[in-house]
Amino acid sequence: MNIWRRPSFWMILVGTAALGGYPLITGSASTREVFFTVLMSVALASSLNILLGYTGYVSFGHIVFFGLGGYVGFYLISAQGLSLYPSLLAGGLASAALAFLLGKAILRLRGAYFALATIGVNEAARGFVNNFDPFGGPIGMSLQFQVYNEYGGAVEALWTVYRILILLTLSVLLVSFLVRWSRFGLSLMAIRENEDAAEVMGVVAPNAKTWAYVLSAVFPGMIGVLFFFKNGNVEPGDAFRLHLSIEMIVMVMLGGQGTVLGPLLGAAGYQRLRGLLLVSPVFKNIQLAVAGALLLMIILFVPAGVVGWLRRRVPRLRRVLE
Amino acid sequence: MLETILASSVDGLLLGFVYGLAAMGLALIWGVMNVINLAHGPIIALGMFGVYYAFTGLGLHPYLALPIVALLGLAFGVVIYGVAVHRVLNAPHLSTLLATFAVNMIIIGIATAAFTTTPRNVDFSLGSVSVGRVTLLWSRVAAALATVVVTGLLYLFLYRTRPGKHIRAVTDNRAAAELMGIASYRTLALSFGLGTMLAAVAGGLIATLFPVNILSGGGYELKSFVISVLGGLGNPLGALIGGLILGMLEGIIPVFMPPTWVPVLEFGLFVVILLVRPTGLLGSRR
Repeated sequence: MNIWRRPSFWMILVGTAALGGYPLITGSASTREVFFTVLMSVALASSLNILLGYTGYVSFGHIVFFGLGGYVGFYLISAQGLSLYPSLLAGGLASAALAFLLGKAILRLRGAYFALATIGVNEAARGFVNNFDPFGGPIGMSLQFQVYNEYGGAVEALWTVYRILILLTLSVLLVSFLVRWSRFGLSLMAIRENEDAAEVMGVVAPNAKTWAYVLSAVFPGMIGVLFFFKNGNVEPGDAFRLHLSIEMIVMVMLGGQGTVLGPLLGAAGYQRLRGLLLVSPVFKNIQLAVAGALLLMIILFVPAGVVGWLRRRVPRLRRVLE
Repeated sequence: MLETILASSVDGLLLGFVYGLAAMGLALIWGVMNVINLAHGPIIALGMFGVYYAFTGLGLHPYLALPIVALLGLAFGVVIYGVAVHRVLNAPHLSTLLATFAVNMIIIGIATAAFTTTPRNVDFSLGSVSVGRVTLLWSRVAAALATVVVTGLLYLFLYRTRPGKHIRAVTDNRAAAELMGIASYRTLALSFGLGTMLAAVAGGLIATLFPVNILSGGGYELKSFVISVLGGLGNPLGALIGGLILGMLEGIIPVFMPPTWVPVLEFGLFVVILLVRPTGLLGSRR
């Protein structure tokens, strides 16, 4: 295991930790909010990258894990009075369990059929939660304000949530690294290139794919809990928003799928760009169209994403950008 | 009880024709070039707005506006194909999915700024007729008839004209069709255009039934996925039958349980069919 000796490993982890820690030092709440969105996107995009980038399976409904994990964790906090930490774990576990069961079934589908099935799963989950009374049905659930007292009041709770998010983001990146340079990761990439050939070479594709799916679902589940705990309420429309799911894919594509740095850069870049477009007087109303045009340009002209493009153009950077 | 079921299933069935028409566009494009058009919903919505503005702006009767909407839809589809789809046609699936989704974002972004998301209503009525407990809205009957006419025309086109035969040849085997001298670029662009045309016409018909806004196409896009899978992806006639099945289900399910369960059952069924028979209930085994 010589990934500890790779310069990119330390660059990415230390860089992310330093940037993420910046609001902790300045103590400014508005910077923290900006960084919260960025870090959340980084963690979501990097999780998706394990399935999309390494394994080559396009999950269009990945947000279902964010929503379901969020719902389970939120239910435990608001209705069962559990504290945030066990709920976080429970949210992650619930998503992992769903991914495991789903994976056994829908990962048999390939290409566009898999993509369609994931959309179906997300819509079915949204419909189900809409009708599920313990989860509040269409109205959703909200937290009593006293819940935050356990964490030193609402203000302090927001900082705690942010610190946990930094840790989660770092863990996602660490997992991305570990998977990429492991035997498991190699079998995933073999599946991406040619699944039948990989199976002939002795990769047990169904198992590898299922575990990749589970790994890519755990963290979105935990982040869901964190996000809705911070929001104080959860409802089906917010939790299973298909659009957010596709934004995750856009971030991965923008940065470069199948690399560790790609989703990180893609997510940060996409969120910064969106922030800029939202406040610009010219683009404010058509920010969605601008983002769409940008996405189209990337698909048509730089399908490998920023990192992929740089790696191809400047071979020397290959050791650093991975 | 039986009468209630009959009444609501007739209603659902008529609506199912329109669902089928929308899904036909998606299925046609999938069949010819293996592309799932994620810009399907916004194009349906543009069809709705086409009819709405022809009706309120030009004072045109909605059914007379349909041919215009169809032509615009065809032209628009050809443009989308040229700009966004052709370059990535042979790339992995993700590329065409994302390229058409980018078109989706562009349309929704511009149209939201232009039209806002307030609901619009094409304000006209053809009245209704009651037979026992079954009430037929003439506008729904007309929409179903229009669907039958469009499907008939589509089949005439695909089986009786040269460009139509080209489309079928390219569907069967693009490489072989090219070797026989069929210009596949033109044929593919035409089939994409036909797909968006069907979507736009379906949107136009929906606008005569319900109030619409620019985002309401999304729901029909999701329904189109379900229907295409029911009927077999890539099989336009199957899509119509799938639409009828879905319409019936939507009519009958609310008799037995709260209507909010409809999407759960719909999408659950969708995933199950994908798993059991990915080529669809009526699709060929490939």
